[in-house]
Amino acid sequence: MPLEQKVKYEGDCDPEFAKWVVGEIGGENLRHCIQCGICSAACPLSLYMDYTPRRIINLAREGFRKEVLSSFTIWLCSSCYACRVECPKEIHITDIMYLLKRRAIEEGVYPRSFPIPVLAREFGRMIFMFGRVNETLLVTDLFLRTNWFKFLGMIGLGLNLMRTGRMSFLPDTIKRRGELRKVLEALDAEEKKEKKEALS
Amino acid sequence: MKYLYFPGCSLKGTGRAYEESFLAVFKALGLEVRELEDWNCCGATAYMSVDETKSYALAGRNLAIAEREDLDVIAPCSACYLVLNKTQHGLKDNPELRRKVVNALKSAGLDYKGKVRVRHPLDVLINDVGVEKLAKFIKNPLKGLKIAPYYGCQVVRPYSTFDDQYNPVTMDKLIEAVGAECVSWPLKTRCCGGSLTGTLPEVGLKLAYILVKEAKKRGAAAVVTLCPLCQFNLDGYQDQIARKFERVDIPTLYFTQILGLAMGLPESELGIKRGIISAQAALAGR
Repeated sequence: MPLEQKVKYEGDCDPEFAKWVVGEIGGENLRHCIQCGICSAACPLSLYMDYTPRRIINLAREGFRKEVLSSFTIWLCSSCYACRVECPKEIHITDIMYLLKRRAIEEGVYPRSFPIPVLAREFGRMIFMFGRVNETLLVTDLFLRTNWFKFLGMIGLGLNLMRTGRMSFLPDTIKRRGELRKVLEALDAEEKKEKKEALS
Repeated sequence: MKYLYFPGCSLKGTGRAYEESFLAVFKALGLEVRELEDWNCCGATAYMSVDETKSYALAGRNLAIAEREDLDVIAPCSACYLVLNKTQHGLKDNPELRRKVVNALKSAGLDYKGKVRVRHPLDVLINDVGVEKLAKFIKNPLKGLKIAPYYGCQVVRPYSTFDDQYNPVTMDKLIEAVGAECVSWPLKTRCCGGSLTGTLPEVGLKLAYILVKEAKKRGAAAVVTLCPLCQFNLDGYQDQIARKFERVDIPTLYFTQILGLAMGLPESELGIKRGIISAQAALAGR
């Protein structure tokens, strides 16, 4: 195991990262957190997390970029919004988890072989291709990309779904795929323009 | 009354019984429902983790198509329901995001104004039709059937659109209207595990297990839900739950299915046989 400095000085943190979170949609109230911990208490998944939601919020606002982005926590969030409705300071915790996930994908720092980011990416690809998502094909694709062996454990479920007529093997497509592509390409062009302007 | 219908991907796949029973019940009640023309996937929770603006644009295309008619849109799936509502809020509250999304939609000839109302079928049944009127259609009350009402997350949170966030009761009212008995339990709105049952079964299965175990312990013969992913998790993974924890074997039905049964519609029109855990024993044993 490589040695790592576990206790951080203020100077080791990345204040730009904290500023970025606050500037994103959903991050507005981040600095209002009183560390009461009701988010962690309400979260049905906090007992599996490496950092509870309360700690993620604190780490994010202090600029512990690496710890936050490479955490399991952000990928374990199932978007149930239990924390969001309980938070006395109206911090949009679920949306903060989303923006952290996006940044982790962008920086390529999510836990490798962890299936959730792969699912998110493949989900997006399927929408680009067909406009709709076929659950059977999505799940098959996911397991072949991540964990072959786990796929075998799903065979029983697959047979049950076939027996009850709930599986489909053909992708469902929309008629005007060109229209959808145009919308998404327009956003790509806009993003490129923004990046160029930011550089110059 | 007329409505547009946004099915979403699950109701055309693993949640087929939800579509079948929803359409059958609405038809029998004399409510006109038309499928939204050329709808696309709403992006669900997954796409929001990849690209924010694009996920708003995906939902925006559906809303723009819906705006061509002056009708409410019914989205039965919890994820679709939330994403479409969240898009309306997000585009209203964030002018810069709205500008980007509206321009992108315009480049493909789509016009978004944000004037559509996105509704859940449970909201329509309780608030547009009303329990008194529903009672007139009940021919075969489900007397003696004990049901645990399960609302899940995204219909009640983060927006409370038509029911209470902490203790929702609309489905309880429907269960009473069909003559069944509502079991009181504290897990009405606790997460079913979402997509974690597939991606991280060691975690997701535990969440689904807690729900089915508790429903059974409280004396319910069936769980009734309003979301295709909740139904899939509670119904589809019980063999795996049995291997990891214990065998529970409790069926999970949609609220539209129990309403259809009480209205005397044939089981075949309501997709009752599509349950992996059969509901026959629960329905016969009352």
